[in-house]
This record gives sequence, structure tokens and C-alpha cells, in this order.
Amino acid sequence: MNARIAVVGAGMAAARFAQQYQELGGEAEVTLYGVEPRAPYNRVLLADVLTGRHDPEAIALPAGAALLRTGAEVVALDPAARTLRLSSGERAGYDDLVLATGANPVLPPIRGLRAPGGDLLAGVRALHTLADCRDLAEAAAGAARAVVIGGGVLGVSAARALAALGLPVEIVHHGPHLIERQLDARAGAALRSALAALGVEVHLRNRARALCGDGRIKAVELADGRPLAADLVVLACGVRPRTGLAHAAGLLVRTGVVVDDRLAASRPGVFAIGDCAEHRGTVHGLSGPAWEQADVLAARLSGAGPDREYTGSRPLARLSAGPLEYAAFGEVDEDRHRADSGHHVLRLVDTTRGSYKKLVLRGDRLVGGILLGDLATVGALTRAYERDEPLPEDPLHLLTTRGAR
Amino acid sequence: MTTTDTHCPYCSLQCGMRLRTTPAGAAVPVEVVERPRFPVNLGALCGKGRSAAALLGRAARLTVPLVRDRRRGELREVSWDEALDRVAAGLSGAAERYGRDAVGVFGGGGLTNEKAYLLGKFARVALRTANIDYNGRFCMSSAAAAHRRAFGIDRGLPFPMADIARSGCVILVGANPAETMPPALRHFRELRENGGLLIVVDPRRTRTAELADLHLQPPPGTDLALALGLLHLVIADGRLDKDFIEERTTGFEAARASAMAHWPERVERLTGVPVAQLREAAGMFADAETGMVLTARGPEQHSKGTDTVSAWINLCLATGKAGRRYSGYGCLTGQGNGQGGREHGQKADQLPGYRSIEDPAARAHVAAVWGVDPERLPRSGRSAYELLDCLGQEGGVRALLLMGSNPVVSAPRAGHITERLRSLDFLAVSDLVLSETAELADVVLPSAQWAEETGTTTNLEGRVILRQRAVAAPPGVRSDLAVLSGLARRLGVERGFSEDPEQVFEELRRASAGGQADYSGISYDRIRAEDGVFWPCPADDGSGGSGGRKGDGDTGGNGKGDGDTSGTGGKGRGGSGGNGATGATGGTGGPGAPHPGTPRLFLDRFATPDGRARFAAVSHRPAAEEPDADYPLFLTTGRVVSQYQSGAQTRRVPELERAAPGPFVELHPRLAHRLGVAEGELLAVTSRRGRAVAPARVTESIRPDTVFMPFHWGGAGRANSLTNPALDPTSRMPEFKVCAVRVERAGSGRAGNGPTGSGPTESERPGSDRLGSGPTGSAV
Repeated sequence: MNARIAVVGAGMAAARFAQQYQELGGEAEVTLYGVEPRAPYNRVLLADVLTGRHDPEAIALPAGAALLRTGAEVVALDPAARTLRLSSGERAGYDDLVLATGANPVLPPIRGLRAPGGDLLAGVRALHTLADCRDLAEAAAGAARAVVIGGGVLGVSAARALAALGLPVEIVHHGPHLIERQLDARAGAALRSALAALGVEVHLRNRARALCGDGRIKAVELADGRPLAADLVVLACGVRPRTGLAHAAGLLVRTGVVVDDRLAASRPGVFAIGDCAEHRGTVHGLSGPAWEQADVLAARLSGAGPDREYTGSRPLARLSAGPLEYAAFGEVDEDRHRADSGHHVLRLVDTTRGSYKKLVLRGDRLVGGILLGDLATVGALTRAYERDEPLPEDPLHLLTTRGAR
Repeated sequence: MTTTDTHCPYCSLQCGMRLRTTPAGAAVPVEVVERPRFPVNLGALCGKGRSAAALLGRAARLTVPLVRDRRRGELREVSWDEALDRVAAGLSGAAERYGRDAVGVFGGGGLTNEKAYLLGKFARVALRTANIDYNGRFCMSSAAAAHRRAFGIDRGLPFPMADIARSGCVILVGANPAETMPPALRHFRELRENGGLLIVVDPRRTRTAELADLHLQPPPGTDLALALGLLHLVIADGRLDKDFIEERTTGFEAARASAMAHWPERVERLTGVPVAQLREAAGMFADAETGMVLTARGPEQHSKGTDTVSAWINLCLATGKAGRRYSGYGCLTGQGNGQGGREHGQKADQLPGYRSIEDPAARAHVAAVWGVDPERLPRSGRSAYELLDCLGQEGGVRALLLMGSNPVVSAPRAGHITERLRSLDFLAVSDLVLSETAELADVVLPSAQWAEETGTTTNLEGRVILRQRAVAAPPGVRSDLAVLSGLARRLGVERGFSEDPEQVFEELRRASAGGQADYSGISYDRIRAEDGVFWPCPADDGSGGSGGRKGDGDTGGNGKGDGDTSGTGGKGRGGSGGNGATGATGGTGGPGAPHPGTPRLFLDRFATPDGRARFAAVSHRPAAEEPDADYPLFLTTGRVVSQYQSGAQTRRVPELERAAPGPFVELHPRLAHRLGVAEGELLAVTSRRGRAVAPARVTESIRPDTVFMPFHWGGAGRANSLTNPALDPTSRMPEFKVCAVRVERAGSGRAGNGPTGSGPTESERPGSDRLGSGPTGSAV
């Protein structure tokens, strides 16, 4: 009998692992156990499904020769016996187990979030699955106003998608500016005005205190007491690694399932990749690092690269949603490390064209950057960061293609 | 003075040219003049073509056989009999000692169809070795493999060159015709004059890229991701041709899933091409009424070359741009007869007519033509690099006959291959000049060249054309056909190796009949009368032939007859009746009318069993060697306008040599600044396989993370000392177009007396030449 690899999860990391495992000539029988009733798909494209740009069926991802078990929830692991159990009671053995359980949307502590019975109040959804997408699209069709709770990248792209469907949208964000994890204040402000042009209003330094509605959402009550009328609410308050299964099986879990450079968890024969994995203290929660991890693990387990190691990622945040476009990475907010005098900041602002660009350098190396509104140099910039290239004294070529050398 | 219509000896365009005899006493016996009506080039020639006659003089070429008596002895002049005896003894000696497969044959894409055919037959029938392959493996094999995977047949272009100007949008991927085939450029200029759009994908802003409406400049080795990203956008933006996909293709869903794994932001990260530019390119191509993707070596010479070409074909299929007029995927093949050379038995796995050597029916057919028992035919042998790599090794090839190729300069990891050639028990080389490879041979056979012999080639369009003898070869020179005939006789095979090209062609016709590349309806007379004939062209209507030959029957290059009044030089044959302007399967003249040939493939069906084109589910992967801390730059290699391939011919033509006198390293000003080098200073380029030294050429046309070297030279500046022989799993194409290198200042005096580039540098002292002017060392 061939060796068996069980993959818990059938999301992006799982699909990439399975596809790469086959492409690299792996011979074990790979089974993906997915909770959702469908084959793996590209979660990055969900906002585009919401706007109708992509057909839901069209965003399926390749998964190699893996056997796909949809609607199959794994409820228990026994790493010692190398078995797993499904919610149906079925047990299956494995030789290697890959945890690719992903993450769950965070449900904020807001009064009235749930209807009696425990479900979310009607008209309130996260945007995390194709099912969410379908429900949101249906709700949007009959809605007059939408509110997005959370002004991170997910919230901004959901707001933009809803605006593209013709809805007036308001974003409620507790932070000082939009997407503060990736952007500095000026970029956040530029993004805010770009959103305003699309009919999206942003409430900063504010929170949703309560959701109001009798069985169905009618309004969002802000912390300052103001009510925002809404018949559709999208929750975009971040995600949290899905680690319950690993925790119950006795694996070391901090924020995510802790893995080493081999992507091995704390028990033999168990690995973790993607949004559920914590590597060197970092949970990335982005598709890029998840795929880099999947590639390394597929190389290791297939035998194509038994010594490959994952040593971390230099991820890039990238939004490309209609007219809203930015790329950002690394340390972009010099206020946060003002004490560090070694930083050198270059900024280029074009108020007419609405572009904002910034480089943060330490010595001759790039440690952070933002391109907003004009991404002509994104290729050179991300490569310089990714490869940690030494830069000339005046690296204007990373900010503009015009007249720079 | 007499004139002879013929074709250029160099690239795959096979431009028409006319040779006029010169007065007695001239340095060369003929001069090249214009032949205005040949449709591919309409009289235009590049400097190589114009000066081609220079090599016909005695000064530059070999005119007497040479042998070497001792391993390291000098070559001395001998008679043909002695030379051929030595070759026969060298080949049969190895066969006796080590077995028949210890004898190898290595051919070239410059050989005529007749030579390629007879060389294959010689290997299979006279030597009975499986080990024959040719340098075309280094040229078109990835495109060939992808072609067959998608369309069931492999022909460089499925349409005549002249169609390019009629298309709505052409994407040129890793192709630089401005430099590599200047006479073809007119078709791209006309395209733009007609309102068509030109997109060029190239890591360098080449002269071709300068002509483009849009230039995408990804780093080497990322064309696969780029093509998948464009397909993604075509899908996302609702630009699929659903009817075409439904009616004429299979496998779309799997290809779509692959494209979904390559969303624009990810592709931007992989290729550095901004999403906005990806969108622009996808829109331009998809929205055009008709469109073509043409690839050359840029995307093909990779360890993922086949998949890369497949991804571009997917883009054509998804947008309905294939199997229709003025649409389709095509490969701008490289060598003069790269196309025909692979169709008739020079390739390790093929028999004449593009037949598989493993197919019992194909073996039976060809064996019957050859009058041998099919059981006696060898099976597939080693691919080109694998063949060269096994030379002199235990279980490998010990004696090699090499015709029309110069692997010392042109093979990847050339230093290693040079060592392999030196380790042979016996090496015989047939060439018209004393190439770097011929210098290593035990026997060198001086061969006749293009103007001195007659024979067919098949150009990039699949057009079979005729080179006609214009002058007699000098005494002491023989044609390769005569060499093979003489050797076969010495090996005990008296019959079946004619020296007469037309007789060989007649046999080739029969051997190819019923195969995919069916030449059985083509004759020298027809070629002369019709400006070439496009294969497939079966002998009689309705018999044999491949599924792919259903095309329209106009004569292609002359297709300007169909209503285009601007046609310069088109003879209007397409509309002249009697040649099957509408014939899908062979002419309108009814039974008995000759098949018109097939200028345009696939108009009714593709050459697959079900007639549908096949999408391929392919996925991007990195190059076999990506830059890292030790070797932080990409090296890509290519050609310059005034030299051709290994340069064995063109470096001996004074005017070309003046125009392009030596190798160079092209690099961006920022990189040059970091290295502290100025234009013309010597640079050492080092990879894990070797080192090359050449002067810097500083230009903003190249990416700062990439250096470029042309590969036409041996010695210290040999680019192929550096290249990576990682092979494509399907086509066995080596990865010429990308590897990781370190670049540093060579210091004065290193170029002239430096290593010949053959020495392995795995043990090179780390940092020996580094400048050390920056905190981290400035070697990059």
C-alpha cells in the first residue's frame, strides 16, 4: 500500500500543497478533508466574486491528484496512533498529517451580533467563504445601505466590492487610519479619499457598539452613540488561526500551531502550513507565505527536496481593487521607530494624480515601502525588498519610472 | 553571367536570394543579389545573407580532409579515401569494442532535409545505433513538444509569415527579430501600419521591443507565470471565447484552475510586471478580432520551456485565436532547417515524416522503404545534451560522427562538453570551416556548402523550399551526402545511400508518406514552380496524410492574392484558381489534381484524434537555478545581428566580424555603477559551471538584475561556459536562457590570457577577484 498523507483542510494552502506534491512526483496517496461542501477555490478572489467579476465556479484551484473529501469535518486527531476521526464517526489512518485548517473570521464582541438561537443576525456576514459571498450578494441586491465593520485590508476590499454593486457603504474602524498594519497615516488618508470618491464613507477611531434590528439588521450603533442605518453588515475584524483540533490533540499551540523550519509541529508525522501555522513566532495570514510553506512541505514530503526548509517570508500587502491600488511591505510607519535614527525616508506625493509613495531605508537596504495609486515601479521595488538588494544612495528609480536612474 | 534562384544559408526564414556568377578571377565565384518576389522576404536581406558568398572563397574554408595521427598530434592533410577509411574504422572499432550504441551521430539544424534524412538513415541502418540527435534540440524542441501536446502536430508557424501583418494583435514572446531575423521585421511593421497591435515580452528593451505598442519586461524564467496571469485576466474580465472553447477544444477547466492559481497580484510578484500592464496586455490581445502569439528561444530554452509555450497556447485557445485565419500560436524557429531537420529522422525519437520511432506502424513503414527488417531498427536514443554528456563515459558513446554543428561553442556547460568531446576514442567532424569542435577531431571532412549543392529545407512556415546549386564546389570538397554514401559503403551497406539529392528526396517523399510531415506530394519541380510547398502535402488526394492537413489551399506566402491590392510581390496565386484556393483536403480540381499543400493548418480541425486542440494544465515553477547570495544575478544569452549561432561561419566573414567583433556583457548603468565599471572594461562572469570574460556594454535597455551575453564566440568570452544544462522533462531542452551568475571586474589583462572558459570553477577561490569596495563586497 502506498503511504497516505492526510491534509486537514481544503483551502488555499491545502490545494497548493496537493498540487505541488503531485507536480514534484510525490507518490503517496493524498486526501484533503474539507469542511466546505466544495472543491478548493481561491479565497483571494472572493471580493471579485462578490462584484460578479468572477463566476463562483470559475475560481476553483488545482489540487493535483488528491482525493477530495468535501463536507468532511475532522473532529479529532490521534498523533500517536496516526489516525483521525471525522464528525461522521469515520476513522482514517495516515502516515503524515498536514494541518491546513486555515483561520476563522473574528467575531467582535458587539451587542446584538447574534439573533436568538445563536446564529448571526440576518443580514450580517463575514466575507470568508463562497457561501458568505453568495449570501452577501443576495442581501446586497435588496439592500439600501451597507456598513463594514473593520477598516483593515479585508474591510476595505469588501467595502469597495459593495460600492461596486451600487450600494452606499460606511466603514467603521477603531484605528487612527485605515489599514494601519500595512499603511502609514498619509497613505491611509489617501486611501480614504479614494474610497470617498467611490461612495464609501469612513468612520475612524470608532467602534460598533451594538447591532440593532428585530431578527434582521437595521442599524449599527457606534460607540459615540451615533446610529448608522444599514440593512447589510460585513464583519471584517480579522481572522484567528483555527487551532482547536491541534490543541485538543496535544500539539504545541500558541497563536497558531507551532512549527519549525521543516514545518513540523510538535509531534512526529504532523505538519502545519498556511494561516493556522505559527513559524518563528509569526502567523502570516496571507496567501503568499502560505504557498511558500506549501511548496517547501511538498518538496520535503515528495522527496524532491527532502532538505528544503522554510525560513520565513517577506510578505507584500497588495490591494488591487478597481481604482484602489496599493502595495506595501515592511516597516512603513517611521513614527513607530523614530528613536531609530538609522532610518532614511523618501516620499513622493502627487496630489493631482492622487498617488503616494514612500521608501523607508536603513543603510543601503530597503526596510519598508508603500506605493499607492501609481504602481509602475512595483516590480523593481518588491524585488529589491524580497532580495534585500543594496541600493544606490538615491533610489528614486524605485519610486518613479520617469527620469530616474 | 548566369543567375540561380536559391535561399540564404542562415536562419529559418530561408530568405529568397539570387546568386549571380562573378567574372573569372574574382575572390568568390558568385555574388548575392536581390530576388524580389519570394514572399517571405520580398528581396530584403540582412548583412549575413548579403555577405554569405564570402565563405565560398578558399581563404576561410576547408578544402582538404585532415586527420590526426596521435591524440595530441597535429592535423595533417590526407586523401578522401584515407579520411573515410579512418572514419569507418573509428566508428566500427568502437561498435565492436563497446557495442553499436557506443557509436553516436550528432547532426545539425543547418543540414538540408536530404542530409538530415540520410544521416538518420545512416545511423539506424548502417551504424544501427540508437544514439543520434542534433543541435535543433537546443532550438525548437520545447515549442515542438508544446505544439504536439496542443495541436497534435508540430510546425513552426501554422500560417505563412505574410499573415502576421493581417492580424489584429501579435504578442512576441522572447523574440527579437530586429536582431535575429531582420527581413522578417517588415511583417511586424506592416502589422502596425495596418492598425494591428504589437506586444513584446522581453527582459531587454530590444530594438524589437522599441517597435511595440506595449513592452513587458519580466526577468528571465518567468514567462510561464506571465502567460498564466494573462489567461487569468481574460477569464476575470469575461473575455473568453466560449463558443470556440466549447466547439474546438478540450481541457479548459483544468487550465482555468491553473490560471486561478496565478492571480494578477501574484503574477506581478513573480514577474515584476505591474498588474496595470498585465491588464492592458490581456485587453489588447483578447479584444482584437484576430491575434497571434509568437515565441522564440526566450521562453523556450528553459527547463520549463514546454510548459511555458503551452501556457501561451492556452491564451490563444481561450480567446479563440487559433485555427482561424490571421490567428494562432507560432514558433519563430531558429536554424535554417531546424524545422525540416527534426521531421526526417535526425532526432533520437523520430523517424522520417515526423513519425515516432517507438510506434510499430511507423517502424514498419520506414523499414519497408529502407528495405530492412523493422526489428533491426534501433529504439529511441539519448537527447542532444544527454548524448554529449555521455561521450567517453562508461556505457556511453565512444566514437562520434558530427555534422554541421559546433557544440564546443553552442552546448550548455560548454567547458564540460569540451572535456567530454576530448575524452572520445574517436571524433569525426564534417564542416565547411575548421570550427572549434572540428579542431578537436581525429578526422575533419571538408564539406560543400549551400551554393555548391542542391537540396531542400523547410522554413519556419513549414514551407519546403529548394536551394539550388549555383557553382561547383572547389576540388577537395565533398557533399555530406557523398560522405554518408562513402561511409555506408565502407561499413558494408552498398545500397540505399545515394549521393544525388533529388534521388534522396524521392526516397524521403516515400518515407514521409502518411506521416504527419507528409512530403510525398512535393517535388523539386513543384517547389520551383510554386515558391515552395507547405507540408503536409500528400501525393494523392484522400490517401494517407495527417489529420492536421485540413487547411485552406491557397499558397500562403502568396496569399495576398485574396483581395489585397497592396501586395508587394505577391503573385496572387491564391486566387488564381486551379491550386485549390478552397481545398480543405486537397484541391478543387477533383480527383487527380495534386494536393495544394497546406499554408494554413487547423482551419477546420486540429491534428488531434478528436480534431480538438488541447489545453494544458500547467503551473509556474522557478528556474532550475535562481539567483542567491553567491550568484546574485540572472544571466541570459542570445544573439546579435551580425553573427549566427556558434559563429563558425559568420566570424570568418570580414564585414560581419567588423560589425560584431567579439563577445560582451550587457549590464544596466546602476549595476555598472555598483561594480565600479565603465563601458568597455573587462568583466568576469562566473556561474557554478564556469567563467567567461568579456568587456562591459552599459545600457539602460536591460533589467538591473540581469546581464546578457551573446553566445557566438568560443574562448574566454564563451557565454556557454556559464549556462545551465538543466533539462526540460518533456523536450530535453537545456536552460540556456537563465542561470545565476556573479559579475566582477576582471582586472586588466584578463581577457586576452584568461582561461579559455573551459576550466571548471567549482573550486575557484572565493572572492579572488572581488573589488571589496562596498561593505558587503561589490561583486554581484
